[in-house]
Amino acid sequence: MSADAVNNSKRRLLVAATSVVGAVGAGFVAVPFVKSWNPSAKALAAGAPVLADISKLEEGQMITVEWRGKPVYILKRTDENMNALESDTDMLADVNSDSSKQPEYCKNPGRSYDKHTKISVMEGVCTHLGCAPKYVPDLNNPFAGSLGDNWKGGFFCPCHGSIYDLSGRVYSSMPAPTNLPIPPYKYESDTVILIGQDGSNV
Amino acid sequence: MEQKSKGIMGWVDERYPATVTWEKHLAKYYTPKNFNFWYFFGSLAFMVLVIQILSGVFLTMFYKPDTALAFQSVEMGIMRDVEWGWLIRYFHSTGASAFFIVVYLHMFRALLYGSYKKPRELIWIFGMLIFLALMAEGFMGYLLPWGQMSFWGAQVIINLVSAIPFVGEDLSIWVRGDFVIGDATLNRFFSLHVAAIPLILIGLIFAHIVALHQVGSNNPDGVEIKKNKDENGIPKDGIPFHPYYSVKDIVGVVVFLMFFSIVVFFMPEMFGYFLEHANFEPANPLKTPEHIAPVWYFTPYYSVLRAVPSIAGSAFPGVIAMGAAIVVLFFLPWLDRNPVKSIRYRAGWYKILVAIFVVAFIVLGVLGTLAPTDGRTLLAQICTAYYFAFFLLMPIYTKLEKNKPVPERVTMK
Repeated sequence: MSADAVNNSKRRLLVAATSVVGAVGAGFVAVPFVKSWNPSAKALAAGAPVLADISKLEEGQMITVEWRGKPVYILKRTDENMNALESDTDMLADVNSDSSKQPEYCKNPGRSYDKHTKISVMEGVCTHLGCAPKYVPDLNNPFAGSLGDNWKGGFFCPCHGSIYDLSGRVYSSMPAPTNLPIPPYKYESDTVILIGQDGSNV
Repeated sequence: MEQKSKGIMGWVDERYPATVTWEKHLAKYYTPKNFNFWYFFGSLAFMVLVIQILSGVFLTMFYKPDTALAFQSVEMGIMRDVEWGWLIRYFHSTGASAFFIVVYLHMFRALLYGSYKKPRELIWIFGMLIFLALMAEGFMGYLLPWGQMSFWGAQVIINLVSAIPFVGEDLSIWVRGDFVIGDATLNRFFSLHVAAIPLILIGLIFAHIVALHQVGSNNPDGVEIKKNKDENGIPKDGIPFHPYYSVKDIVGVVVFLMFFSIVVFFMPEMFGYFLEHANFEPANPLKTPEHIAPVWYFTPYYSVLRAVPSIAGSAFPGVIAMGAAIVVLFFLPWLDRNPVKSIRYRAGWYKILVAIFVVAFIVLGVLGTLAPTDGRTLLAQICTAYYFAFFLLMPIYTKLEKNKPVPERVTMK
């Protein structure tokens, strides 16, 4: 066959068609590999709700329970703490938790159920990069950092220095953009909390 | 080239380009004769790669990628039970830091002598890809011992992904394979660390060297030696890589191994910089260490991340800035518009700019290891601003430079 007989446009068509079909095939084959990275059935099952008993929780005390591998803080605040939440609101980045993540029934200054205002439940996951903020209840604490004498107790993230008040509300101009997230939870009784399932405020 | 050799090599050469390859890349690969010590770091990087592969293959024989067993298999099994296991592990952990020291110096050499400039742009880009692969390799390898810093370091970095708007949350679950960093994450990082990324790395290094040998090495004068050839077509300022530089590089290797051995045998933790103290405690998802810092080689970029405050309720700008700090390096060959390659013949004030850049980079690195305070954050912001200004303003200021005359031939100072 002479070179003149080469049908270039036909060749181009065949090359293009083969490439397109090949690319589509490669795309389909990629699916099982990409999907294999999703949480396995076992991991999904492990994400089920957990119970927490708060009958022995004293005022000013905090316990940590694990839910979906995340630390969930359950903090019982004192009356003094509750009053402190009303002051300093001008220093908070998101006072009303408008851009923060929480169930509707916890969107209030205490970020808690109306019936159990003193009990605060929140994920111990800094909204900056996911470290666990430390509970720093005492005054005059070196972790209070920039706040100094105004420190009224709260949370301090050791990674990048974000500070939150006792409702998990973040102070202004911190690395963390929003308040600590609150997981869905409900009261099974006055002393037992189910974390991972929504309740309601009525 | 076409002469027929006899004997075994003749038989082989008819079937495989053994002699041709040997001559093209070593015995008749002409290299500028004026290399200084900055030119050791390429061969040293290759040397460290060999150390890492050798020690890594053996560590894989004793390591167990399972969250219940990983920490034990490293701290108990490899460090105490396996004969000489501690030494093999310290080779690997020290090698990781040595890799970055050598690569950072290798990259700085390119900056000094304009080795990224035409016609060596692709060498630079392959090199940057190697740098990226190396960072992925270092990051994933650091999770494997499953200590506190392994876990929380990975936590911080994977959460960078969730800062991406809209898809971030799902994407981070996909990367982890779970709602938290766990067994699934450890297993996939193990696979990537021991198989996928090393393969990519070796492929990129091959391309890096092929590109280098296509155009030939730059040198401290930034003079193209191929412009001055003798009657045989050999560069007048060139000497064969082998034996001249293969022998010289052995000197570099010996000196390197002296420092390497001092660290391996006398200070394998390097005061908490190569192996962080918190990593001697098993990973605990419920307890964040007092102070989280990545390993030293990531800290300059970590500082950039922290220097950018969150905007409109999103930590994403910091992530963008950190990514941009690395991406901008890819464009260096086109940002620098000065036709003169070597810093020796560039403006005095450009040398000062480079010196300040080095200081800013080191300051960022140091700040990244420290807990943030207001003053430190401000300093990190200043250094970050300088880092970006140095590169992004390059197209303007490199055109204003008054260069010194570049010699025709290389000099031997």
